[in-house]
Amino acid sequence: MNRTELHTPLRIAITGGTSGLGLALAEAFTARGDIVAYVARHTDTVAATARRVEGSHGIVGDVSKKEDTHAIALQIGAALGGLDVLVNNASSLGPLPLALLADTECEDFEAALQTNLLGPFRLTKALLGLLSASAREGKARGRRSLVVNITSDAAVSPCAGWGAYGASKAALAHMSRIWDEELRPHGVAVITVDPGDMDTPMHAAALPDADPATLKRPRDAAREMVEGIDRERRVAAAGSRA
Amino acid sequence: MKAAAHPVQRPGDARLLIVGAAGRITHHARSRLAELLLAGDLVVANDAATLPASLSGRHVASGAAIGLRLAGRRSLDVNDVQVFSAIVFGTGDHRNRTEDRPLPPPLAPGDRLALGPLDAEVLRTLRHPRLVEIRFQGGADSIWAGIARHGHLVQYAHVAEPLALWDVWTRVAALPVAFEPPSAGFVLDWHLLDALQTRSIGFATLTHAAGLSSTGDAQLDARLPFDEPYRLPASTVAAIEATRRRGGRVVALGTTVTRALEHAASRPGGLVAGDGMATNRLGPETCLRIVDALLSGTHEPGSSHHELLRAFIDDETLARIDAALDEIGYRTHEFGDSVLIENGWGERPFAQPRWNLNTATPASRLGQVRTALPA
Repeated sequence: MNRTELHTPLRIAITGGTSGLGLALAEAFTARGDIVAYVARHTDTVAATARRVEGSHGIVGDVSKKEDTHAIALQIGAALGGLDVLVNNASSLGPLPLALLADTECEDFEAALQTNLLGPFRLTKALLGLLSASAREGKARGRRSLVVNITSDAAVSPCAGWGAYGASKAALAHMSRIWDEELRPHGVAVITVDPGDMDTPMHAAALPDADPATLKRPRDAAREMVEGIDRERRVAAAGSRA
Repeated sequence: MKAAAHPVQRPGDARLLIVGAAGRITHHARSRLAELLLAGDLVVANDAATLPASLSGRHVASGAAIGLRLAGRRSLDVNDVQVFSAIVFGTGDHRNRTEDRPLPPPLAPGDRLALGPLDAEVLRTLRHPRLVEIRFQGGADSIWAGIARHGHLVQYAHVAEPLALWDVWTRVAALPVAFEPPSAGFVLDWHLLDALQTRSIGFATLTHAAGLSSTGDAQLDARLPFDEPYRLPASTVAAIEATRRRGGRVVALGTTVTRALEHAASRPGGLVAGDGMATNRLGPETCLRIVDALLSGTHEPGSSHHELLRAFIDDETLARIDAALDEIGYRTHEFGDSVLIENGWGERPFAQPRWNLNTATPASRLGQVRTALPA
């Protein structure tokens, strides 16, 4: 990005925005003047994040619950006045402690699918009107709107103990590819990002013995993602992928 | 006509009556809309998402139960969400016919209204005991959260089951600013948007805060539609100008789109992007500047929606349409069938048929479809 260029504030919604990568993304975007709405389940953590990330919009909601979808979408549109980027970041590990598939309760697998696959599907669908409106407006400036689905190496490599999480993230990745195929003609790109192993509450829950010093800081992952999102929003010149 | 009582946006057997050149009426399957339009046309939709604008609670001073329907707003500014105009009823809910709902207790400036998690104050009455201006307490985010969590959709007795937001948000629903759904947009799905693109038919949107269609009071109904704020994107203005240059037509999905575009075009300087407040009424006196054709639901003679069709066609054609809708049993109201009407008053009378009418279905066959429907 040309740093001397005046930055037009982006309108960004992030699910799971009160800890880990989601919080780091909210801070990184807000710091450069973008307008952020984030969604999380608990009233107290949403309020605490609103105090910490000044100017951000906290929304209490649970993406794993179908009936919350439109109330969340309504508040995102109302708070931001439009939407350029949606980051589906909220994730569920499934059973905790992690379990072999043969020991995974059906309900725990279903919970992982609700949060990691069906939640992003429903929220993206409810926000497509806002995203496609942004795409029509951005076309003249060479900008498309973007859905970023957070995935994991567990979606690619079969790791014992990561069955519910890995399978749900693999499905999310494939849904993203299909959606990207369908929506690109309308100016909406759908991508996946694997931020790598980070020092987050979720990682600690999955692997309590991991040494945090060996893990990526969410802040660094967020900085890379902000740059990646700017890059992906630019409509590629013919023949290039930039 | 009979009321469509089930909240299905795109029933497989939805019908479309088309009034073509010289007032010729034909009948079509609405799912074939993209095939009926011509390359170079532009479809413009209202992408407003619908608010759950019906709030229940009580009038604090008297303790009386009230039902309140948000009815208007001063602008679409995201921060301008404290002040709304609203219609207030006494007890009851959507299963009672709106015209049967009792008056609220007498309302005066300064009265507090407790509406679930929301607190509001009456600022003034607006020349009717049912119509008030209110101000919500608190910040924008908490007001939106209160409306999202506590509100119900405004709905009428012809649809018995309680509606959810997903029943009435169109496939392109964006900013949540409509008080009732811009229901002509129910025709849209992404398959249709793909088909339009394939056939080189443009698609654009504006955002118009569609207001209430009924207040239950004849005096107030005569004041409808209330003033409605709208936002016209630069990309839509550019698409309309490009359509004009290539000789295509602007097809408005719904009366709110027509109202917004014609209002914007009537301002000094003509059609420019930005925000506006539609104060115009469409009717036989209207000279359409932008909209060449209207796709709309079917409405009964006497309703304000019906009246505005006279901006497009003469009374004789309108009477023939009403007769055809009745004869074939088109379904009315927001989940019903549709009509597509070209501006018959324009300076460019269409000598050639301007729709691809090869998809026409004989009226007799539509009639058979109807008899197969459950009563």
